Amino acid sequence: MIEARNVGRLFGDKRVLRGVDLDVPRGGFALVTGPNGAGKTTLLRMCAGLALPSEGELRVDVTRERIGFLAHDPLVYRELTALENLDLYGKLYRVLERKERVGMLLERFGLWEARHERVGAYSRGMTQRLALCRVLLHDPALLVLDEPYTALDAQGADLLDEQLDELHGDRTFLVSTHDPERVERFATTRLVLA
Amino acid sequence: MRRAHRIPLPALAVAALVLVVAALVLVFFVAPNDADQGFSQRIFYFHVSIAFTSYLCFGAGAWKALRHLWKRDPHADLESYVAVHQGVIFGSLVLLTGSIWAKISWGHWWLWSENQLVLFLVLFLFYAAYFMLRFSVDPGPQRANLSAVYALFGVVLVPVSFMAIRLAQHFIHPVVFTRHGAAFGGWILVAYLVSQAAIIVLAYTLYRVELAGKLLAARVRELRLA
Amino acid sequence: MNYLADVRALARKDLLLELRARDTLPSMLLFVVAVFVVFHFALPAGSSDRAASGLLWVAIVFTALLGLGRAFVPEREQRVLDALVLAPCDRSAIWLAKSIATFAFLGAAEVVALPVFALFFHGLSWSTVAGVALADVGICTVGTFVGATAVVTRARELLLPLLFLPLAIPLVIGGVGASVVDAPGRYLAFLGLYDVLFALLCWAAFEYVVVE
Repeated sequence: MIEARNVGRLFGDKRVLRGVDLDVPRGGFALVTGPNGAGKTTLLRMCAGLALPSEGELRVDVTRERIGFLAHDPLVYRELTALENLDLYGKLYRVLERKERVGMLLERFGLWEARHERVGAYSRGMTQRLALCRVLLHDPALLVLDEPYTALDAQGADLLDEQLDELHGDRTFLVSTHDPERVERFATTRLVLA
Repeated sequence: MRRAHRIPLPALAVAALVLVVAALVLVFFVAPNDADQGFSQRIFYFHVSIAFTSYLCFGAGAWKALRHLWKRDPHADLESYVAVHQGVIFGSLVLLTGSIWAKISWGHWWLWSENQLVLFLVLFLFYAAYFMLRFSVDPGPQRANLSAVYALFGVVLVPVSFMAIRLAQHFIHPVVFTRHGAAFGGWILVAYLVSQAAIIVLAYTLYRVELAGKLLAARVRELRLA
Repeated sequence: MNYLADVRALARKDLLLELRARDTLPSMLLFVVAVFVVFHFALPAGSSDRAASGLLWVAIVFTALLGLGRAFVPEREQRVLDALVLAPCDRSAIWLAKSIATFAFLGAAEVVALPVFALFFHGLSWSTVAGVALADVGICTVGTFVGATAVVTRARELLLPLLFLPLAIPLVIGGVGASVVDAPGRYLAFLGLYDVLFALLCWAAFEYVVVE
């Protein structure tokens, strides 16, 4: 699914990534770890198709609409409600039975009660849950998750564990984290960036 | 290196020098005085040649921009930028020569009724913003894309602004002064063609010099970061 | 058909955002009226009506700039643009939807501003109104494009007017021409030509502004 050969990236005069080799087969679960500034986010953005490598070759065998990307930022509009945000993405991704799917996800992540509230009024943890709903909405084949456990409370983290349990196997995962123990049991590939 | 078939730089530089000297001799000593405007009209040989060369540079910049967006030619971004840069340098010379001519002929350093001068002012402003844009993004694919897109906007802006400025004459300057259609033949034509060739070869030489320098700097940066 | 549905969903989102935040349209309205008052004092007694017509266009361009500067702020704040770029819709739909929303705000501001102008200075001709409508299309398509460019650069707000004004000069020429001459046909045609030409260019090039 993902094939990286000697991938590197420069931002201006700054090198953020060098000589990365990575193979993630279909259904694999790649765990990316490393200290702050090691280029985890950059690598994930490149695999999601948001940035190009400056050197090396990177192949990701999946079309854009089958990628689910969880970034540092939740990538939702603060002035819109959770429902409006998911409805917009549901339309753009042409999700079938949009209303039902949005409702199901909001319910599962414990946001149903707050669905008519502005996201700006959400706590960090709730916003992260909403971001996860956005990522899962279109049932992606490749999930690129940048620090998915950030800001989640114990209950939220358990919810995410459940989701990963349910989805892993036929979906491909690329996950960066500071807390590798949490997802260690899923991992099929490990990449440590220095 | 690639493109070994290119004319070597020293040969280009010599050609530019010879042509410029020939143009100066022809314009100042051979071409006849203009019946209407006398000696000062000779600046037109350069003014017009420089303006035409400047358009060529902007056109080349847009062509390279298209090569970048379309074929992802790895050198096209730098080539496009250098061509636009030369275009702006020669564009400033258009403003300068036009201004001198306006002062001599009408006693003012600026004439809003001179379409070409106004057009180059608009283009100068646009391409100055192009540089601001380019230097406000880190080097990389995004900067190459943005530069290329605005280099293309530039060549669309040229004819559109040209039309607009012509249209503006009808309400900004209802009285259009007429210039005598000078007989465009003999030594006048030769002098013009030689000046035109001289300026084009000069621009191309400068383009190649700047490009070589920029490529070297890029290579050094690459090695340093490797 | 999907393309239009995407544009509709995105434009609806922009109108909804404005309805919630209510910051762009009120500031544009206040700004344009304040500019008219400044113009009144900037025009010495005995200035011609033609001068006032010209200043109307200055007011329109600067009011538009105010709105355009805000256009991509919601996308920039949370980097939402990344999510829109990843969505399977054609990227130009993002530009078109934002242009439509900006057009709606600018149009709404002008619905108030033009009568106020007529009241403060001299009346309005139909050709001026037609010119404003046509110029709005160009202002919003090109301005939105430039606004999207500006938010991805370090200079941001600074770059928007610098890039936009040289591109808007032909629009001002066409607009002023349509306002002051007796036969405005060719000026209106020119504005239409500008709209078509630059809308096509923006439509084709927008993808390169938002992706690497």
